Amino acid sequence: MSKLVAFAGIQGGYKVVSAAEGLYNKALATYNADTKIGFPNTAYYLPVIYSLTGMKVETLEDLKKPLAFARGLLPPHIKGKNHLPYLGPLLDSGMAAIFCYEIMEALRILDQPDFYHPEEDPDLEAGKKWVGPADDVILRKRGVEFVDGSAPGFAAIVGACPNAEIAKMIVEDYQKKNLYIFCAAHHNGTTVIDQLIEAKVQIGWNTRIVPFGPDISSAVFALGFANRAAMAFGGVQPGDFKKILHYNKDRVFAFVNAFGDIGTEWGVAAAGCVNWGFPTLADTDIPEILPTGICTYEHVVANVPHSEICQRSVEVRGLKVNVTEIDIPLSFGPAYEGERVRGADLHCQCGGGKTQCTELVKMAEMNEIEDGKVVVVGPDVMDLKEGSTFPLGIYVQIAGREFQTDFEPIMERQIHHLINYIQGIMHIGQRDISWVRISKSAMEKGFSLKNIGVVLHAKFHQDFKKIVDKVQVTLYTKKEDVDKLTDRARAEYKTRDERVDKMTDEDVETYYSCTLCQSFAPSHVCSVSPERTGLCGAYNWMDCKASFEINPTGPNQPIVKGECLDPVLGQWKGVNDFIQKASRGAVTHYNFYSMVIDPMTTCGCCECIAAMLPACNGIMSVGRDYSGETPSGMKFTTLAGVMGGGASSPGFVGHSKFNITQKKFIAGDGGLLRLVWLPKMLKEELKDRLVKRGEELGVPGFYDMIADETVGVTEEEILPFLQEKGHPALSMESIVR
Amino acid sequence: MAEVTKEKESKLADPIAASIDPATQEMIQRAHDLGIETVFDRAVNMKPCAIGIQGICCKNCAMGPCRLPLPKGGIIGEDTRKGLCGATANTIAARNFIRMIAGGAAAHSDHGRGVAEVFLSVARKETDTYKIKDTKKLISIAPHLDVATTVEVDGEVKDRNIDEIALEVAEKALAEWGKPEGTLYYTKRAPKPLYEKWKKQGVLPRNIDREICEIMHRTHMGVDQDYKNLIKQGTRAALGDGWGGSMLATDLQDVLFGTPTPLQAEANLGVMKEDHVNIIVHGHEPILSEMIVATSQKPEMIEYAKSKGAKGIQLGGICCTANEIFQRHGVPQAGTFLQQELAIITGACDAMVVDIQCIFQAVANVAKCFHTKLITTHPIAKMEQNNVIHIEFDEHHAKEDAEKIVRIAIDNYQNRGVEVMIPRHKASSIGGFSVESIEYHLGGSFRGTYYTLNDNIINGRIRGVAGVVGCNNARTRHNEAHIAVVKELIKNDVLVLTTGCNGIACAMEGLLTPESAAVYCGPGLAEVCEVVGIPPVLHMGSCVDNSRLLLAATEVVKAGGLGNDICDLPLAGSAPEWMSEKAISIGHYFVASGVYTVFGLHLPTEGAPVFHNYLSNELEKIYGGKWDLEADPIKHAHLMIAHIDKKRKELGIDKARDRVLMDMADRQALGA
Repeated sequence: MSKLVAFAGIQGGYKVVSAAEGLYNKALATYNADTKIGFPNTAYYLPVIYSLTGMKVETLEDLKKPLAFARGLLPPHIKGKNHLPYLGPLLDSGMAAIFCYEIMEALRILDQPDFYHPEEDPDLEAGKKWVGPADDVILRKRGVEFVDGSAPGFAAIVGACPNAEIAKMIVEDYQKKNLYIFCAAHHNGTTVIDQLIEAKVQIGWNTRIVPFGPDISSAVFALGFANRAAMAFGGVQPGDFKKILHYNKDRVFAFVNAFGDIGTEWGVAAAGCVNWGFPTLADTDIPEILPTGICTYEHVVANVPHSEICQRSVEVRGLKVNVTEIDIPLSFGPAYEGERVRGADLHCQCGGGKTQCTELVKMAEMNEIEDGKVVVVGPDVMDLKEGSTFPLGIYVQIAGREFQTDFEPIMERQIHHLINYIQGIMHIGQRDISWVRISKSAMEKGFSLKNIGVVLHAKFHQDFKKIVDKVQVTLYTKKEDVDKLTDRARAEYKTRDERVDKMTDEDVETYYSCTLCQSFAPSHVCSVSPERTGLCGAYNWMDCKASFEINPTGPNQPIVKGECLDPVLGQWKGVNDFIQKASRGAVTHYNFYSMVIDPMTTCGCCECIAAMLPACNGIMSVGRDYSGETPSGMKFTTLAGVMGGGASSPGFVGHSKFNITQKKFIAGDGGLLRLVWLPKMLKEELKDRLVKRGEELGVPGFYDMIADETVGVTEEEILPFLQEKGHPALSMESIVR
Repeated sequence: MAEVTKEKESKLADPIAASIDPATQEMIQRAHDLGIETVFDRAVNMKPCAIGIQGICCKNCAMGPCRLPLPKGGIIGEDTRKGLCGATANTIAARNFIRMIAGGAAAHSDHGRGVAEVFLSVARKETDTYKIKDTKKLISIAPHLDVATTVEVDGEVKDRNIDEIALEVAEKALAEWGKPEGTLYYTKRAPKPLYEKWKKQGVLPRNIDREICEIMHRTHMGVDQDYKNLIKQGTRAALGDGWGGSMLATDLQDVLFGTPTPLQAEANLGVMKEDHVNIIVHGHEPILSEMIVATSQKPEMIEYAKSKGAKGIQLGGICCTANEIFQRHGVPQAGTFLQQELAIITGACDAMVVDIQCIFQAVANVAKCFHTKLITTHPIAKMEQNNVIHIEFDEHHAKEDAEKIVRIAIDNYQNRGVEVMIPRHKASSIGGFSVESIEYHLGGSFRGTYYTLNDNIINGRIRGVAGVVGCNNARTRHNEAHIAVVKELIKNDVLVLTTGCNGIACAMEGLLTPESAAVYCGPGLAEVCEVVGIPPVLHMGSCVDNSRLLLAATEVVKAGGLGNDICDLPLAGSAPEWMSEKAISIGHYFVASGVYTVFGLHLPTEGAPVFHNYLSNELEKIYGGKWDLEADPIKHAHLMIAHIDKKRKELGIDKARDRVLMDMADRQALGA
């Protein structure tokens, strides 16, 4: 009976709005009306309210408007007989409650600033299990996974399962399906998060199990995350509620699982979620709403057995998840990528400065190797005592009719995340500075080094089937073998680096497009050249080339660059034609080497954003992991908001970290020597290459001329420093043209 | 009463055979008991003209009337029938047919003109009786009349002054009746392929009046004598009604009196109250009825009624006035077209206030038998009988006029004579489904969209949509075909949109309640009704509000997934008990807008088989819609269902829809 749902949902709406009004009046009696209010480190104010209404809430006073708006949305109660239609009213009531839940959370943060632990992982030892709303750094970092498809969506879980074992089973199933699990609300005082902690499951953004908060109001953080994604990546304007909600319905594959008795406050939240196209599946006997329309398929499905709820949920949401079944005794998937193996849980490890750990992928002749053969040369981990270290050499040989040596580094880079995908195994670094930590729990489940080979063999075949015919993996654990492999690998790395470093834009006739993120950022088209890697930092020219050869109809398409229209700014006729077509006429042209004149567009998933600093006659750049102020007057997230969404924004450009030290970096505007400010963290990360590029450009000591936040975060603050250091930008021709 | 006794041998109608509605049956019986003649009795005493009914009597010149009856065995070989001037049966039937369109289009459009004139005086601030109630609607229709809603001030786009918008809308709207150049603005609201068809055929109306005028010219003796060319002009005038006069009437009424939103009321004669002053408002224009509603709700009027011994004032509507005040105020619908005399026969009707269209002259005769004051209000609609009071109603003195009318009714309360007998029958009803309110209820303020409906059509829960509209006709059992067609449709999962007297019939039958879905609908439609909380039959207003059906169909096209034009939709139209020329105009603008339209009873084209075939087959090739005729209500409904199924097949939605599970590649293929 939908009528019962509507009746309860509308009752719930009144209850929640009244509760929020009560809390608001109490806050007004306690604090001044101009008291600042909001979620930590976000440029999107209270994101649900901002995205759907355009209202910017910055102070307590500002809450008045959305609160009145929510009250205004409440429809009349449903009469018992001869009732009026209720679907629209129910959804409005749901939206009113969602707005109020966000207001209640903002008031909670005002009242108890330490209630949430606003980090990626909770601090369980300090009793801080709830992380609260994701800030913009997390949004962008995790948002990229939604963009590239490594996370297809999220399961919002409210309440608690009958016991910890069931909670663990369900959550691990979602992990295997690569979904994020957003948790909120308690059922009779207990929560899924408590149950997972009891079952010793690692929680936090890193394992995709996000403990938002203990109340149903905390579930609003999931919607705030989804709506910010629509604005940050989809380029949807705040206030354009229709587009935001449709974006979510079409592109964010999320749903709600309600575990436990559903009261009116949960009911109205579920109704609110339907506005997003997110259905609810419950383990209790509630009225179902099966016809389609607002959601893609069913709206409310009840009485789902715990053993079936994961599969039913993805089906009801219309999502296909390709679960990788690999024959190893441990779970496997992206959800385990961020999982850590801490000291207390460590069984043994290799690399990390303690021993040598090296990885090398080499092409082999077809008859030279045996497909699927995995050999461990030397002792395996089960032969090792707890706490021991060992050297490791991972040697992968690939044969394939279409395989080229150019693909070797691309395949080799996969090793990092593929090993990380194994539950209970942690992998850091790459090449000859790798570090693998193996947990006790992995050992209990029967982990063997052989499993690494099995994973690499299976995934290489699966993800690169066009170029891979045979894969053989050898794991060396004897020091002499590892050292030998390391020497050989180092020589390989050197050859490869030289080849890539020497490659210039002029050397090639073909660039590549990248529309990998079009599922999420529909109007954006990246172009990648040898000297301008993809702005997300994930794809360089060689990767795109390989990707095209692996999947000729995929997201990376060749662009014949054609006639050069401007060698200084970097503009080609072929590129212009391509982007004009791909952006459906929205962008007619752009320059590869300029941020001042018609720069390249960005989708919002760029690693860094460079901004012009006119008073310093230079530019700054900031990475997305730096949340502080910058001399441009904007934080990263504000900058991204200003210039994301697929538009060309003169004075700003998105780029990768690596691109800063590539030779063509803003070459048309004067090049790297324009760079006057970087966040300290990014500057240090790029230190070696910045020093080297400075020398090449004839400015030794350039590295030390670049200001950072310790010098200042305004142009006025850093200018004296630049003058004192004699920064080359100051004597260049004016950047403002 | 004296009249009845004059004709000794005159027969009386059998109440059970005359109507399916118990209230109507009871009142017919009471009329017999009191010796009062009603339309039902006249219908059994006078047969329709056998030649006129076939559409082949030409009385357009004094050489006639020429009658061209079909030979008993039908036409064998060449059809040699001719009038004196040589006009063929096709020419005569086509001329008569489009003259009916002219009559209907004129009625709707003159109604619309009246509203537009009031709206202009409101926009000019010449009256304070009427006000703009729905500025949102005003702003939404302005662009369709090429009226800007924003202005640029110093490079900044700002909202335009609402009074300015109103004035320009009023002037542009009124000009649609007689503008010297161009074509009607609103035709561009149709789906583009449909507009292009009209343009290609040369049937875009130039202005509303001209097309009607041209029909009168072309059907004059010796002008247009090609049935195809004649019907083309009929199409042009009918489009000028549906996408012109009627649509403007609906829109401007919504702006002045509010766009309907769902509300609850009751229907049938049982809504009248013995201890209240009963005022029955009958006719069509809300210009009058809105004022009567407002006046009768005034505390001083209620007090005045109490001072005369009544407990209050009970208003009730008949015919489309009933639909207008039901959809905007929840005023009960006292009855259909065929119940107008019966409302007086209750003995409890203290005043019947009428304006235009569908008013029996016989109500004056019936009123004479009771204390009932019959008040005509419109300068173009008077009656010859001496008991009729005429109080001319105009927008400048509307308040005073309305007050005068209500006072007459109240003063008359004490004059009730014979025993009062109000049938106890009435049913609850939910109405107020405008294009806008349907959109809202299909997803709320944030997600409201016709796509919700489309999605359930695509997934097969809803088989299709039917517009079932139109009059009553005393030549058939009152309401029987209306209800049978509607019930058969909803049983087969077809969602019904209703207007006019069909809407009142459905209300009386309880089909306008959400509860009726579980009782009468197929499982798919019942489930959707349950989710949205709607009745399976959506009441969309009066007969000018058939324009809402055109726009709802357009919204369905726009929402996507069901083709690009109205003729692609699994949609059919029906008028099971039609009687007026307006019905022919409506039927024809539906056909010309791509809707398969089935009429009950008969069509005045059957005497000219070639012309009839042109309407029922050839037109489909041009506009995608066509006429059909079926008197049997169940067969009638199944013709519509068969058409809906044909369209479903053409759309490829005749099979169960697969659940599409999206993987990464699918998501990337979503595009912008």
